[in-house]
Amino acid sequence: MELRSLFIKANNELEGGGLRPRSRKITCRKCQSLISVSRMRKSNFVCPECGYYFPVRARRRILMITDKRSFIELDADLESRNILDFPGYDEKITAAIEKSREKEGVICGVATIQGFKTCIFAMDSNFMMGSMGAVVGEKITRLFEYATSHKLPVLGVTVSGGARMQEGMISLMQMSKVSAAVKRHSNKGGLYIVLLTNPTTGGVDASFAMLGDITLAEPGARVGFAGPRVIEKSLNQALPEGFQKAERVLECGFIDEIVPRSDQKDYIGRLLELHEVSNE
Amino acid sequence: MNDYEIVTAARGDGRLCARDYIDLVVKDFMELHGDRLYGDDKAIVSGLGWIGDIPVTVIGVQKGKSLEERVEHNFGSAHPEGYRKALRLMKQAEKFRRPVLCFVDTAGAYCGIDAEEHGQGRAIADNLAQMSDLKTPILSIVIGEGGSGGALALSHADRIWMMEDAYFSVVSPESCANILWKDTKRADEAANALALTAGKLYKLGLIDRICPSGQGKELTMQIKTELQELLNTPVDELVEARYRKFRRVGY
Repeated sequence: MELRSLFIKANNELEGGGLRPRSRKITCRKCQSLISVSRMRKSNFVCPECGYYFPVRARRRILMITDKRSFIELDADLESRNILDFPGYDEKITAAIEKSREKEGVICGVATIQGFKTCIFAMDSNFMMGSMGAVVGEKITRLFEYATSHKLPVLGVTVSGGARMQEGMISLMQMSKVSAAVKRHSNKGGLYIVLLTNPTTGGVDASFAMLGDITLAEPGARVGFAGPRVIEKSLNQALPEGFQKAERVLECGFIDEIVPRSDQKDYIGRLLELHEVSNE
Repeated sequence: MNDYEIVTAARGDGRLCARDYIDLVVKDFMELHGDRLYGDDKAIVSGLGWIGDIPVTVIGVQKGKSLEERVEHNFGSAHPEGYRKALRLMKQAEKFRRPVLCFVDTAGAYCGIDAEEHGQGRAIADNLAQMSDLKTPILSIVIGEGGSGGALALSHADRIWMMEDAYFSVVSPESCANILWKDTKRADEAANALALTAGKLYKLGLIDRICPSGQGKELTMQIKTELQELLNTPVDELVEARYRKFRRVGY
């Protein structure tokens, strides 16, 4: 055996972006325990040994939160183009499609949660780190417009490194576009629940991730505007323990509640029920 | 000048700052301070004045010229308090149906522990959402640096203008080159690819006018004409047009 092969990082199905049929076990990134896929599924991709929260693909996230077979996808066919002819972007899109097995970094649709109808969008960190370009902005905007005209609430599950550089100002201005659609939905009395997951940063943090009526977060999720390394570098000092972690951001007053993955569906269902009753 | 030279020139010393533009185009400027929540951010200079016979609310990101001034204004990088001060004055402008005039010149919103913990993301998001249906005209002019979200937070406007030698970008060319190619020396390549100059952004339909620099009188006239036209537009139409303006970006 080659010495090299001893040092190859173990693949787990989430890092690889897909289920590898032959590997029936996943290595926890934090505690290195080997966990079977079925056990991992049952625990909602939280390590049963150490409690580490695995990143979850958008589609699985929707499955985890919505009622079985209730999800109907909207605008599934929108695909990114290299509008600015940015060097290397076409290749990045191709690689992201392959890695995520999705056409873009957000999945949108309508579903029921504990029987309550809602619009839902979930971002996908496997697609260029959930970055927001024109298609992500457009899909979320369309979803808010759909929710506004159908008088439905919106649940957004965010994970993003921010605006997508390769689309320049077009991607930056998606922040304005989506925020305006959120405001219109809100003006019509629409409920918007945000579930912040690790990490939600940059232009997404500075727009629709921070505009929810109710803002929830997964334990330990990084939530912030500037990247920690950028801050560390510009201040030339170490960052305090827990900085930009959901628990600290809650203390600072920007998150309503931290909800463990196992409780999310029930918690969100209760919120939807309460608002449906008061909306009647 | 190539695109990267435009970026470095936009950061250069000796350029006109927001306060200079205010003195140039606004008559009888009265500065107003504070966000009424926490503090007064000196990176944002704001207040009231006249453009011709139109009373206006003016908001500028002030960088300062000397090192001393730059330190005082935090090099034009606003904390959340700055964006909240701006929003407070915009809501006030809405109440009195005064147009809002913004001068944008920032490398970006301030990156720091306190800025994060006071909700930099929320402050910017709030401005975007609240400006999107503010019931009074908004005109934003990028006079030097249009650095990412920090500049966008004052640019959700009916009209976005840029000085011919300004830039507006999703990311600094240096960071972009560093992230994509691990090489800050390729910043000129990044600057070119990001389409951040007034000329390119105008072609993309993302800004509404390119203003020649060094023509104070003409600029004042153009601002006055534009504000008058926006004021003559029924407010529902104005807000709807603003929604459409951003709605069509990228699609």
